[in-house]
Amino acid sequence: MIKSLEGKQKTRKKPLRLEPIIFHTINYILLAVLCIVMLYPMLNQLAISFNDGLDAVRGGIRIFPRVPTLENYRVVFATHTMFNAFLMSVYRTIVTVVLNIVITSMLAYVLSRPEFVFRKFITIVFVLTMYFDPGLIPNFILIQSLGLMNSFHVYWIPNLIAAFNLIIIRTYIRGIPESFIESARLDGAGDFRIYWQVIMPLCKPTLATIALFVAVGSWNAWFDNFLFNAARQDLSVLQFELMRLLAAATGVGAAGQGQAGQAAAAGLGVAQVSPLTIRAAVTIVAAVPILCVYPFLQRYFVHGVQLGGVKG
Amino acid sequence: MQRTLLLMSIPFLLYRLLFSYVPLIGWAIAFQDFRPRIGVTPLQSLRTNEFIGLDNFRVLLDTDTVLGARFVQSIINTFGQALLTQIVGFICAIVLSLMLNEVRQNGIKKVIQNILYLPHFLSWVIVASLASVALALPASGGIINEFLLWTRIISEPIHFLANPSYFWGIVAGTHLWRNLGWNTIIYLAAMTAVDPSLYEAASIDGASRYRKMWHITLSSIKPTIVILMIMNVGWLLTSGFEIQWFLGHGVNIPRSENIDIFIFRYGIQMGNFGLATASGILRTGISITLLSIVNFIAGRLGSEKLF
Repeated sequence: MIKSLEGKQKTRKKPLRLEPIIFHTINYILLAVLCIVMLYPMLNQLAISFNDGLDAVRGGIRIFPRVPTLENYRVVFATHTMFNAFLMSVYRTIVTVVLNIVITSMLAYVLSRPEFVFRKFITIVFVLTMYFDPGLIPNFILIQSLGLMNSFHVYWIPNLIAAFNLIIIRTYIRGIPESFIESARLDGAGDFRIYWQVIMPLCKPTLATIALFVAVGSWNAWFDNFLFNAARQDLSVLQFELMRLLAAATGVGAAGQGQAGQAAAAGLGVAQVSPLTIRAAVTIVAAVPILCVYPFLQRYFVHGVQLGGVKG
Repeated sequence: MQRTLLLMSIPFLLYRLLFSYVPLIGWAIAFQDFRPRIGVTPLQSLRTNEFIGLDNFRVLLDTDTVLGARFVQSIINTFGQALLTQIVGFICAIVLSLMLNEVRQNGIKKVIQNILYLPHFLSWVIVASLASVALALPASGGIINEFLLWTRIISEPIHFLANPSYFWGIVAGTHLWRNLGWNTIIYLAAMTAVDPSLYEAASIDGASRYRKMWHITLSSIKPTIVILMIMNVGWLLTSGFEIQWFLGHGVNIPRSENIDIFIFRYGIQMGNFGLATASGILRTGISITLLSIVNFIAGRLGSEKLF
């Protein structure tokens, strides 16, 4: 029966067979063009970052360096400011991710316990923060009043728990069978022990997703540095240093940052490198760590977005 | 038992209250005559300032003054940039999802998807930097100009950043580049949930590929589209900061300055905390009103509601 149907379709479809070929060819061509559009700007910067500085100013470099050199990267990592900023970025990312994961998952466990009396209240306090933000100035005054300005702590303290992540983890914990918790309780484990030894290991896939998002957000952040720590060169993060180079290049008089950026670029402007190639090298250094972990965590984040989409 | 749970949560409740609710006291500044003074912290100043009622709001909304006109223009810019970004982003993401959905080879599909998601992980500083290069003149590596010249669409290079009328498009374009792939995730997920028997039935009835896309795929993911549209309305007064900050020069400021930039310039740079806070409150107010209206209409039309 099925066979005969298939046979029938084949004979009927024969005159139409050209259509799928044309469609798929055009579809693949368009997708390929799109992939090139997405990749080209970064490949172009990659090529420039490996190119000789003076030569790069002439322009015309596409995705291969014309006069290859490692000089730009040598200068970036030999410059104390840049290397320090790189370490600072790594440091702030690690601190933020570790604390975020531990605290958010712990709170999510507490909020998933039906017997907890303040469950509703605390959930609402957190969920409401997704819909409003006090605004730049009130936040600025708060940070200043707490004495967090010009300190490393401003990088992690204000970013400890995000309501969205909290809800995602809580939803996940709710899906864990109650029997896990009950049997642990019968064995004499308290709530903290249940969270730490039973729940947390079971949440690994979700926590990996959240960790990726938090890490990307923390690594990419520059505004807190700009706003609160601009006076402390030793606390500069990589994105902020890149921003200064960019401000110098585009001539933005960003609160005197333009000048500072120009000075920074000039300080780096040793022979054979130019602001153009240095900026490209810093761009690559700022982008590569994330692009490196990306393939490994990719399957987690797609899962995470879908989870968030369902519940968000 | 409750005691442990309390110990595990109360510190973080207090933390959230301190960082998200206590700053709301700062909204009082919007109703004060705030002047930065040397040796006086903003907090002390908040306690001693004179209350002037709605004067700050009046100043902002008085379009006869330079300041008021600038503020209102910044709202128009934010709204225009965000609306253009959302419309373009929305249509492109749905079309791209349909295209990806038609790719049958799973291996190739994965590779394409991974490439398309990639820009989403780059920081806005990097995106702004890449955009400034791409939009430059051909001599400085401006690939967009080069392409347009090469295809003979234009005969002379365009100074994209020197002409205000391009700026909203630049904002939409950079957002599109960064988020296009990422935004398809949610639609693709909805598309995989469509019952395959619908497609089979439609094929037997002789429906073409495009009819199936329109009547089955698109109408199946309609709830997802509607809910995302409603959610996006809440972001209509948010159009980012970095693109406007790095690419907004003197010439294009009439089209580039959005509310965030306005608040930053008047608040942080010029120290006029009162005006800046009032601007922020206006923005939040308008956003929440818009969201509520759309949510209400959606409910009335019998479709999905956000809350």
